[in-house]
Amino acid sequence: MTFAVDAPTTDWYLMLSAVLFSLGALGLLVRRNPLVMFMCVELMLNAVNITFVAIGRELKDVGGQLAVFFVLVVAAAEVVVGLAIIVTIIRRRPGANADDISVLKG
Amino acid sequence: MAETIVFAVAALLILGGALGVILSRNPVHSALFLVQTLFGVAITFIDLDAHFLAAVQVIVYAGAIVILFLFVIMLLGVDQAENLDIEPIAGQRPIALIIAAATLAGLMSVVLSVGDKLTGADSVTGPLDAVIRVDALGASPESATDVRVLGSHLFTDYVFAFEITAVLLTIAVVGAVLLARRPSGPIESFSEDDAVEAVR
Repeated sequence: MTFAVDAPTTDWYLMLSAVLFSLGALGLLVRRNPLVMFMCVELMLNAVNITFVAIGRELKDVGGQLAVFFVLVVAAAEVVVGLAIIVTIIRRRPGANADDISVLKG
Repeated sequence: MAETIVFAVAALLILGGALGVILSRNPVHSALFLVQTLFGVAITFIDLDAHFLAAVQVIVYAGAIVILFLFVIMLLGVDQAENLDIEPIAGQRPIALIIAAATLAGLMSVVLSVGDKLTGADSVTGPLDAVIRVDALGASPESATDVRVLGSHLFTDYVFAFEITAVLLTIAVVGAVLLARRPSGPIESFSEDDAVEAVR
């Protein structure tokens, strides 16, 4: 695929995606609120989605966009179950953060 | 030139939103910054000619997932600002910064070392080239959109994966209902004990 000289190339999208993924990882490691940690996982998933679409366009393959479609479905399912778990935990222990539930026991 | 401007705006939205998610004290603000990031990603998708995915991104992510986050935040009443100055584990933040920087360095070095020469040939099995798919479907070239291309692949080559995602979503819904149901019977007494323990 040929680009105009000043159009962003696939590299730019991959770099943007790398930065977004690293920011998501940083947030996941730094924040202790389980809800915010979950949002950071979403950031990382979106970074991967950008990669899929960018490389799919580079290789002219529909597989990239299809992968993103399935990532979206799995992310939705993951958020539903994850938030249900968080609701259960915080209902049992109000104000719990990720360190309080590190033993995974009542 | 226009594409570059769109890319720059989208990148600013994405990275600003991501920083907002990480740095906001209040989880509600984090969720709203997440919407900003997701809109930025949708703009990027449009820039990459993935119009269907851009629409789905806004509808599913911004419309459903973030609303679910906000529902849970409001439902649990955890929408107070937390003090970010306290570091729960000693040395956690420097180590987290080092790990994130290492991740970024690794990803960047891969992107930069590959350069413009991505490995792998152009697709022969699932081309994004609309004309080929249009001939197979017998439609006029004007109606050839990425929706048509995606749909024709989704319901032919990837139909089993598609059906399995339907099962996955059903399982997720059943699991969420089961988990979030207010416990009754003997489980209730356990939760009261834990609440007392948590207060101590």
